[in-house]
Amino acid sequence: MEQPVESDVTVANQRSDEVIVEMRKVNKWFGEFHVLRDVDLTVKRGERYVVCGPSGSGKSTLIRCLNRLEEHQEGGITVNGIELTNDVKNIEMIRREVGMVFQQFNLFPHLTVMENCTLAPLWVRHMPKKEADALAMQYLERVRIPEQAHKYPGQLSGGQQQRVAIARALCMRPQVMLFDEPTSALDPEMIKEVLDVMVELAEEGMTMICVTHEMGFAKSVANAVVFMDQGEVVEMAPPSEFFTNPKSERTKLFLSQVLEH
Amino acid sequence: MASFVKNPTPPRSPPLASVGVLGWLRTNLFNGWWNSLLTVLFLALLAWVVPPMLDWLVFNAVFRADSSDECRAADGACWAFVEVKYRLILFGRYPFDEQWRPLVGMLALIAMALASCDRRNWNRRLLFIWAAGLSVFFILMGGGVFGLTSVRTSLWGGLPLTLMLAFIGIAAAFPISILLALGRRSNLPLIRALCVGYIELIRGVPLISLLFMASFMLPLFMPTGVSIDAVLRAQVAIIIFAAAYLAEVIRGGLQALPKGQYEAADALGLGYWKTQQLIILPQALKIAIPPIVNTFIGLFKDTSLVAIVSLTDLVLATRQALGDPEWRQFFIEAYMFIMFIYWIFCYFMSKYSQYLERVLSTTRRA
Repeated sequence: MEQPVESDVTVANQRSDEVIVEMRKVNKWFGEFHVLRDVDLTVKRGERYVVCGPSGSGKSTLIRCLNRLEEHQEGGITVNGIELTNDVKNIEMIRREVGMVFQQFNLFPHLTVMENCTLAPLWVRHMPKKEADALAMQYLERVRIPEQAHKYPGQLSGGQQQRVAIARALCMRPQVMLFDEPTSALDPEMIKEVLDVMVELAEEGMTMICVTHEMGFAKSVANAVVFMDQGEVVEMAPPSEFFTNPKSERTKLFLSQVLEH
Repeated sequence: MASFVKNPTPPRSPPLASVGVLGWLRTNLFNGWWNSLLTVLFLALLAWVVPPMLDWLVFNAVFRADSSDECRAADGACWAFVEVKYRLILFGRYPFDEQWRPLVGMLALIAMALASCDRRNWNRRLLFIWAAGLSVFFILMGGGVFGLTSVRTSLWGGLPLTLMLAFIGIAAAFPISILLALGRRSNLPLIRALCVGYIELIRGVPLISLLFMASFMLPLFMPTGVSIDAVLRAQVAIIIFAAAYLAEVIRGGLQALPKGQYEAADALGLGYWKTQQLIILPQALKIAIPPIVNTFIGLFKDTSLVAIVSLTDLVLATRQALGDPEWRQFFIEAYMFIMFIYWIFCYFMSKYSQYLERVLSTTRRA
């Protein structure tokens, strides 16, 4: 396989002071329910943030606001230098730069693995088919699944599907990857294969924001752990500090519940 | 509790009594005394009903006759009626000497429909196929060019007319219904209201009333001197009606898709139309194949209602054939004949839909 794309990505994602994602006093309500409260978050190129917290704390909503799968009502969001507005063109511009991996994979079941990966490069980036195929193959190799390229998602295991979903997102060569509980729907023996791919991605310097309960992953790759509770960012700290010396009572309680067994 | 380790067991073949013909008979027909009794009773019923039926249909039937008296003398069906009247039944009052034209035109329509069934043609080629098929059909039927004598649409009839109304009805209603279904789910209130209004209004009235409206009321609203052809008016009424029905069927397919499909498409930056075209509709239409084909089959048979507005479709042509006093009493044979014609087309659609479901399935394990 040719290498230009890979080196390309690594260069693009080398750590720098360039801010890739910025949330400023973001507020969101679902009806009367205040789901995000004055959320501030700044992620620089090459940084990995892990967002954790009890269910219903707003972690998924937070990352879903970044590519406008959810609309926030107050505050500002900037992604890769583009201010998120209601303009459709503007939203699509941001979405092209943001890769997303879902809990339920959300692969397109009527398309083969290969077609899942080339769809957006072909139709959104208007890449020639040969180039898109080569790109898809390269990322499928990277997630160690090239031999499944011509199968349909329904013929793969959960872990394989999630790795395809990661490859599909990477094929758009995003500036930042969002992971929304990527291992929560997987059988235990498949969690590792997905986490391994994510760790590799982190080591290559990809900017990542991951909502996950995998504390081991947070400890090994995160630059910062964000703890959310009731729509607020309660605590944010490097993992070494976060796990050994949490400041807030709510964090302590949460950690005692997740780490105790 | 005692702990143990089990060695691997090699797979065995299933018990003999559960496989093969014998196994099938046992599990399906003679599974307990009650099912055995039902099987025996049913066989007895078949033995009682089938032989006389075959006698009437085949063995005692008259296939050729010089006059209807021969039929009256026989105990069986009078298929001679069909032999005598088939040109009137199939082509209606189309000029007798020119009836090769509706025949070839009809074959062009059928070829066009068959070509549309081939998935390899599901691209721009489909438009050419339809343009070619319809051109051949209308040139042959209408004439007035290439030295063909002109034939008014009021003389068109029989099976070609039925096929034209059905095929064009299906082909035109399908895209309209997709737009209606998408519109009904749109976020734009005006578009949604228009689509809901259209669907609920049209779906709430009988097709017959639409045909009447199109035939008798529409001309009243037209400026003097402008008249729309009667066949065209019926065709439009059928399209309008079928689109409303089909829209709801397709909406059913759209509802079945999980939200995650939209979100994944959004997250990749596909816009609305590309999301619909590439992600949503291929899946929704596949899910909705059984009810869509159901609607197509219904539409095919509903074309017989145009007899109400004096278009000589297959059914009305048959009734006209029965107008001959000499043959009037053989209406059972007449209707069985056209039933058989309708059945062939409908059964093909049904089989084709099953084939489509099978080849479009992506959940098979490789």
